[in-house]
Amino acid sequence: MSADNEVSLSRAEAMALLGQMILIRRFEEKCAELYSTQKIRGFLHLYIGEEANAVGVMRALSPNDAVVATYREHGHALARGLPPGEVMAEMYGKASGSSRGRGGSMHIFDKKHRFYGGNAIVGGGLPLAVGLALADKMQKLNRVTCCFFGEGAAAEGEFHESMNLAALWQLPVLFVCENNGYAMGTGLSRSESETSILQHAKSYRIAGEDVDGMDVVAVRAAALSAVGAIQNGGGPRFLENKTYRFRAHSMFDPDLYRQKQEIAQWKTRGPVVQFSKWVIETQLLSQSDIDGLEEEAARTIDEAVRYAEESPWEPEEDLERDVYTPRKVEETAR
Amino acid sequence: MTARTITYRDAVYEALREALRGDERVFLMGEDVGYYGGAYACSKGLIQEFGEERIRDTPLSESGFVGAGIGAALGGMRPIVEIMTVNFSLLALDQIVNNAATLRHMSGGQLSVPLVIRMATGAGRQLAAQHSHSLECWFAHVPGIKVVAPATIEDARGMLSTALADPDPVIIFEHATLYNEQGELPETDDYAKDIESARISRTGGDITLITYGGSLQKAMAAAEDLAKDGVDCEVIDLRSLRPVDDATIMASLAKTHRAVIVDEGWRSVGLAAEISARISEQAFFDLDGPVARVCSAEVPIPYPRHLEMAATPQPDKIAAAAREVLRR
Repeated sequence: MSADNEVSLSRAEAMALLGQMILIRRFEEKCAELYSTQKIRGFLHLYIGEEANAVGVMRALSPNDAVVATYREHGHALARGLPPGEVMAEMYGKASGSSRGRGGSMHIFDKKHRFYGGNAIVGGGLPLAVGLALADKMQKLNRVTCCFFGEGAAAEGEFHESMNLAALWQLPVLFVCENNGYAMGTGLSRSESETSILQHAKSYRIAGEDVDGMDVVAVRAAALSAVGAIQNGGGPRFLENKTYRFRAHSMFDPDLYRQKQEIAQWKTRGPVVQFSKWVIETQLLSQSDIDGLEEEAARTIDEAVRYAEESPWEPEEDLERDVYTPRKVEETAR
Repeated sequence: MTARTITYRDAVYEALREALRGDERVFLMGEDVGYYGGAYACSKGLIQEFGEERIRDTPLSESGFVGAGIGAALGGMRPIVEIMTVNFSLLALDQIVNNAATLRHMSGGQLSVPLVIRMATGAGRQLAAQHSHSLECWFAHVPGIKVVAPATIEDARGMLSTALADPDPVIIFEHATLYNEQGELPETDDYAKDIESARISRTGGDITLITYGGSLQKAMAAAEDLAKDGVDCEVIDLRSLRPVDDATIMASLAKTHRAVIVDEGWRSVGLAAEISARISEQAFFDLDGPVARVCSAEVPIPYPRHLEMAATPQPDKIAAAAREVLRR
């Protein structure tokens, strides 16, 4: 594990990291189950295997900072502190969901938590993050905008435009590339001439590092260091987190393009098992601590499911609301 | 009331300057808006007055800087993003259609995107098929954004402040042939103009010519020509292309019973088709004849002057269409 990082974790921090990863893992396992019973419909992109990234990075952010994520964002939403019941209700499409059910799994938003989606156009969130950071810089607010995206985004023009703008204007953006090796079913080496995404960022003079995205302690340390540099006016930073999704791209994906052996190999380095083993070995936590976290996650998820089940559907008469800002709420919305 | 003669370009410049002076959150961003002074010289001198932060030259990254404008709007600013022409805006369609237009709805009403996008549109300057198209209808198709087309100096001066005060994204289309046009701007303490209603530019009782943007003057010229033959035209300047002010159109048709729609966009699947459909739905029994359309020919806009003129609506074609409807 991360002994070489010389990071000393407090017991409370270890509990938080493991607790969040377990919550996300069990939450998504429940989502997969609910998908098979058709409670959740549409696309469902599971983050299972990649939890260390959202959890580790989010520990470096404050509530004032902003987060822009992708369509694989349940983990980010939960790690950011969005209420699990609202996230689950959003998956159901209920009016009590994070986005009133209008977005579903791919479009979780929460203004209070400065959580700006939930973007399902690959690369489309990057310019938004640049703009949020530009607003902060122009208003002299010392805040960071953290933008998550996959390695597939690096092939999009918007990735390159955003790198250039963020570097050119020295904006406070933390770019976090979650490189899980596959853009849907297309392996990185089959879609990029330069397979180091960090190298792309560096060509725009953005400093960054390669990070073991299966190691929550390493991710956390890299994010803390990057956020510190950004807060000190160092301009944007870039993390390329090497990670892996244990499940298929979405529930529709038969996963024909990966070898079972490759998946099994990555699973041995899974963020939850790896960190659990480490906290036991280092005696930071006990097995009963871990059991307690599992029980707490199970309770939280039960409550979230109950909340989603019991929440009402939005009446059809409200179909056309929230396309434009109503004049009477305009002042509060702005 | 006193008035002064200024150009459409000056009206845009004055509106920009007033907005920048009035609200620190307002900034202008786009290709060559700064030291170059704007591709159509609308922002000349503003960078000297307001500095590089607020008059922000961008790289040639339409999707990047439009998206950044959306993000900045979410972050508390009031960006004015200039896209050099509507043709280049296609590089930013993802951000406009997938983000600006959807964020309010996808977030269940939590977010508003108070963004203004300005762009030049239209033919008439022999710039050929990648700088001359009128794609207003592409944007007017999309719920979540508002689309306006200031055809007059008063609107060029007055629509921007209203657009900036709007909590949702507003796209302003400035027809490229209008920038050099001169006209009277009445002096006032408040230049603001609404961005929702159509205006009767000329009252008349025989037929209604419905148009917007760069075609307004052509429709007015056609009306003058028809007046010589005793045809009394009403001319409607739509001003807003989304939403469309149906009430003004239908009230006019209740009086004239005949309509010609003039639209520099292509005829197929365009704004004129939309207006015509609305008339069929809402005023069918008021009509005394078929609704006619004068649109651009179904061809990419060609370079030679005579062919460019032939491809786009002109006063003689508008007058001929009106005579056809009137059977005169």
